[in-house]
Amino acid sequence: MLSFLKISGRRLVLMLALAALWLLLSGYWNKATLVGFGAFSVAVTLWFADRAETIDREGVPTSVFPRIISYMAWLILEIGKANVMVVREVVRPQIRLAPKLIRVPATQPSDLTKTIFANSVTLTPGTVTVDVREDCLLIHALDESFADIDGISAMGAKVSRLEAGKGS
Amino acid sequence: MELLLDILSWPLLLAGGALVILGAVGVLRFPDFYTRTHAAGVTDTFGADLILLGLLLQVPDTMTGIKLVLIFLFMMMTSPVATHSIAHAAYAGREAPLTGKLLLRQNVPVDITADGEIKEAAE
Repeated sequence: MLSFLKISGRRLVLMLALAALWLLLSGYWNKATLVGFGAFSVAVTLWFADRAETIDREGVPTSVFPRIISYMAWLILEIGKANVMVVREVVRPQIRLAPKLIRVPATQPSDLTKTIFANSVTLTPGTVTVDVREDCLLIHALDESFADIDGISAMGAKVSRLEAGKGS
Repeated sequence: MELLLDILSWPLLLAGGALVILGAVGVLRFPDFYTRTHAAGVTDTFGADLILLGLLLQVPDTMTGIKLVLIFLFMMMTSPVATHSIAHAAYAGREAPLTGKLLLRQNVPVDITADGEIKEAAE
């Protein structure tokens, strides 16, 4: 019973998300024919996703909600700070950089959270994930000041907590 | 009200435009491929975000606003994937990064020991 609920719950979430997206993008909620076509397209998409077996914990990542929202707010602030630092390097009259490759441990429990971590690092200007390995990320930092292994690891720990308490 | 929105949105649009230009300047000024990806990162994070935020204050109706928010969300998901695939392609293609204050060319693929020492990886 529980496992049945789990599977159909994920489908329900995908269906509601697709329906909401259709309504928000089209804005037709009071024209029966168009809403009918919308429902049809949602149903076809669900059927395709089901056949392709992408309705799993990675395809419909319900486990990171709602914590991902506060994480994104925090990440946007970090991106803002990093932007200012990179712009400062760009406008320096004489370019003075000390780029560095660093290895940061990535102990995230799942591929999903590891991907979120690697993408967060790339999204922050000044650090780009160059290679993803079994237990660590290879990161190119623009300057010594960006090669803050402790700071990046703290971000990794934050990402790990997105899925904490939800099992594997 | 309209005046207030104008006053709020114009600085955002101008700041976003300035960041896009500064990102392009960085791409031209930085010394090697990897450092240039960082400069391009400014353009597609806050350069685009501030412009979207400025436009959000000028929307004529909610539908347009929702679309701008969706653009922001999708950019936040897709742009790091594109940046990573470019950087990883360079790494896999053994493009040598310049490292340290002296900008010495580093052979790739590199392996970095736990204490941060860089050594050439065994084939």
